[in-house]
Amino acid sequence: MGGEPDVSPLDPHSPASEHIATLWWWMLVVAGVVFLGAVAMLVLGWLRRDKPGLPLLGESERANTTLVVAFGMAIPIVVLAALFVVSDLVLMQETDAPTASETAMSVTVVGHQWWWEVRYEGGEVATANEIHIPDRTHIALVARSADVIHSFWVPELNRKVDMIPGQANTIELYADEAGVYRGQCAEFCGLQHAHMAFRVYAEPPARFREWLANQERPGREPSTPQARRGQRLFMESACASCHTIAGTEARGSIGPDLTHVASRQTLAADTIENTPRNLFRWIRNPQSIKPGDKMPGLGLGAARFHAIAAYLAGLK
Amino acid sequence: MEAAAPPAARARIERLERVWEEPPGVLGRLTTVDHKRIGILYFFTALAFFAAGGVEALLIRTQLIGPNQSTLDPATFNELMTMHGVTMIFLFVIPMSLGAFGNYLLPLMIGARDMAFPRLNAVSYWIYLCAGIFIYVGLFSGNAPSAGWFDYVPLASSAYSPGPGIDFYALGLLFVGISTTAGAINVIVTVFKLRAPGMSLNRMPLFCFAFLAVSFALVFALPALNTALVLLECERLLGLHFFAPVFGGDPILWQNLFWIFGHPEVYIIILPAFGIATSIIPTFTRRRMVAFPLVALAEILVAFLGFGVWAHHMFAVGLATATTIYFAAASLIIVIPSGIQLFSWITTIVTGTPRFKTPLLWIVGFIVLFIVGGLSGVTFAAIPFDQQTTDTYYVVAHFHYVIFGAAVYPLLGGMFYWFPKVSGRMYDERWGQASFWLTFVGTNVTFFPMHLLGLAGMPRRDYTYSAGLGWSGYNLIETLGAYLLAIGLLSVAANLAISLFRGERAGNDPWGGDTLEWSTTSPPPEYNYAVIPTVSSPYAMWDREDREADDDHLEWGVKTLEQGHETPASTAVDGEWDEVLEMPSKSPWPPLTALAVSAIFAMVILQRWLSAAICVVILLLVLAGWHGREPEEA
Repeated sequence: MGGEPDVSPLDPHSPASEHIATLWWWMLVVAGVVFLGAVAMLVLGWLRRDKPGLPLLGESERANTTLVVAFGMAIPIVVLAALFVVSDLVLMQETDAPTASETAMSVTVVGHQWWWEVRYEGGEVATANEIHIPDRTHIALVARSADVIHSFWVPELNRKVDMIPGQANTIELYADEAGVYRGQCAEFCGLQHAHMAFRVYAEPPARFREWLANQERPGREPSTPQARRGQRLFMESACASCHTIAGTEARGSIGPDLTHVASRQTLAADTIENTPRNLFRWIRNPQSIKPGDKMPGLGLGAARFHAIAAYLAGLK
Repeated sequence: MEAAAPPAARARIERLERVWEEPPGVLGRLTTVDHKRIGILYFFTALAFFAAGGVEALLIRTQLIGPNQSTLDPATFNELMTMHGVTMIFLFVIPMSLGAFGNYLLPLMIGARDMAFPRLNAVSYWIYLCAGIFIYVGLFSGNAPSAGWFDYVPLASSAYSPGPGIDFYALGLLFVGISTTAGAINVIVTVFKLRAPGMSLNRMPLFCFAFLAVSFALVFALPALNTALVLLECERLLGLHFFAPVFGGDPILWQNLFWIFGHPEVYIIILPAFGIATSIIPTFTRRRMVAFPLVALAEILVAFLGFGVWAHHMFAVGLATATTIYFAAASLIIVIPSGIQLFSWITTIVTGTPRFKTPLLWIVGFIVLFIVGGLSGVTFAAIPFDQQTTDTYYVVAHFHYVIFGAAVYPLLGGMFYWFPKVSGRMYDERWGQASFWLTFVGTNVTFFPMHLLGLAGMPRRDYTYSAGLGWSGYNLIETLGAYLLAIGLLSVAANLAISLFRGERAGNDPWGGDTLEWSTTSPPPEYNYAVIPTVSSPYAMWDREDREADDDHLEWGVKTLEQGHETPASTAVDGEWDEVLEMPSKSPWPPLTALAVSAIFAMVILQRWLSAAICVVILLLVLAGWHGREPEEA
């Protein structure tokens, strides 16, 4: 699947990730010095393997102990104290949970085995496995879980935060430029932990509002006979007991909201590209694409699945 | 020594051999209470589990060799990933260090004739063996646990992990915990009470300080794990609720209890390795450890401070800011005692005249890997960075540098170092050095790219990954490194296995070793020492006058205790002669006890409660039999 967005924490696209990346490079430099210094001492030990004592200082136990105290205690105390102040007292404030007044809007993401439910505050807007946000805007992201523990992580935008049943954790989401950022579940959550990813679309505010306005509309009525047949099959079969399509009698809440499924770019939590062919393959035999997934194969026959896929493909 | 010994000394040795004689063969091993035989049983059992954990690792790496592979299905991958962690930590490293090395060497190093509780020692081994088999019965019956080695709830609750897999994990760890607890208590009492008179605490080898610290840490850490496991089984088997928020429980309770055990566990794993390093370094650098008292103090301090840092495994769960800052500070403080030890090893090597034989090479390798693992460990005390990299391959890289590099390398070095003592033969030196380099390269090729992979955003425990995320190259290199690593370890095993039969005779002290075990024969006799050694420093083997005094004592019959199955006990701190202990001899009850305990666990996992109760009664009868009547002394 080509055109995957980047996921490196060292390619930051927000102030929070930028701070963390800078912290990393500084720690790497200091760690490099310590490592090379210690290895140089071992090399010295090898070069002087036939000579007892230290160069210049000779064979004095006092000098030896002083060396241990200096390198093992004194220098580490200074370096570690500096690290503590910089990372845990100063930088910590940049990545800590934001207060309500610091953010312009809030998005709630609920982790499910193995997909992401996304809800926008105030409205009826619900989507799955993709989060649209206006760029250069401070957003409060509220992380919850519907089942086991998951972890919400978009490396380029911020640190991760665990999604824990019975608890709501908040972090800030902020993208300093428009783009697509990949996120993935970071806490082991069972069989398909590896296929529990999502995308964050940071867009200019006007485009974001346009997207939101479309998402607020109910699902489009099918426009072809095949799609109409697909809608009927969807409502009659088990599909509707797990999924919601706003404006229809499909009100299930086990699986992702499908009101605008055709507007999404991936299926099955960023497992496959959302093309008509993939959509058909996915609904026909989800277990072959994501073994162990909670979505069952219904065994309806190819023609019926083509009809359902045609209906879903119209839900822009 | 025996050939030249005067007749009086010979008579005493013959008498000791008669009193301490162990029956040969399988039956002799089943009923043995000799710490050396038990140590060897531990060694081979732990080695078998190391092999099993290694095969699991190779299967995991093979699945991850490229994107979208299907060597393993996700369920099997998760089972192997869980079993790899459980096996390496609970069934390999701790039994290998505490059970094999501790058991075999501690009494020898302190000049004792056995562990303080020889039959408890035997029962620890048999319970360990049965618990290991119990956990593997789960795997081979298709019921392996698959929630990872730290088994977070609610994933591990019956709602999300139905079937007995997690029960094999929880009951298996409780089962093996009995063995570990008993072993730790045995070590504590042995170190405090069985030191040769004259060996006050400040004259005790650093190896013993390390094992003492580990044993205390185990005794205090395991109850937290046991509590968590019992609560989990109460949920799973009895339908009680502790962790589910809908019933007023809290899933974070599991994490706190697990890591209150789990972080001291890291030091429990690594401290014996530090002890081994402090044995090998003086011998091969031909000098005493620099800053001995600081190192002894640091060993104890690490074990103690290890209890105050557990929440740094939980920085992403949304704890209060003040809590995370406290735990970050504590995690930084614990770096200091590790720094002291590190620079003591390095300074000793620099100021000594080191001979870079195979055992020292493993220790130098260990130091290098420990520095890498230690430095990456420090970065987790930077909270925002921890929250970015936790649960990624960066963490996997870190703890493999610490656990494989820092804990297992000294065990491998120790195998070469004490091989002549245990087998009476020398290993092949050139082959030993070659296999060190092979393993060292393999280790770094396997684990170093994992840092980069984590920093490229790959979470841990993914059974597969897509192409195009920039992860494929690192994974390929890691898998090839793992194969190289396996070859390196196999060549270590082959060298030692062949040398066991073909190696040159080693003699008592091939290295010019620093501690007492080198003063007795290789392998040591059943009674370890014909004379309880005289000790006036932690480097007892280098005190020539004391060793000459031992020879005189044997001739005069001083401190020989050849009349019974005896060893002296001394006072806990000053090591003054306290009393003579009558030591128990061979017994069938320890393996029978382990069988009865196994039956209880088997019935519990089958949820046959009545049968389990009957098995408890059987266990009580076995214990009554054990303690009913002492067998006649030889």
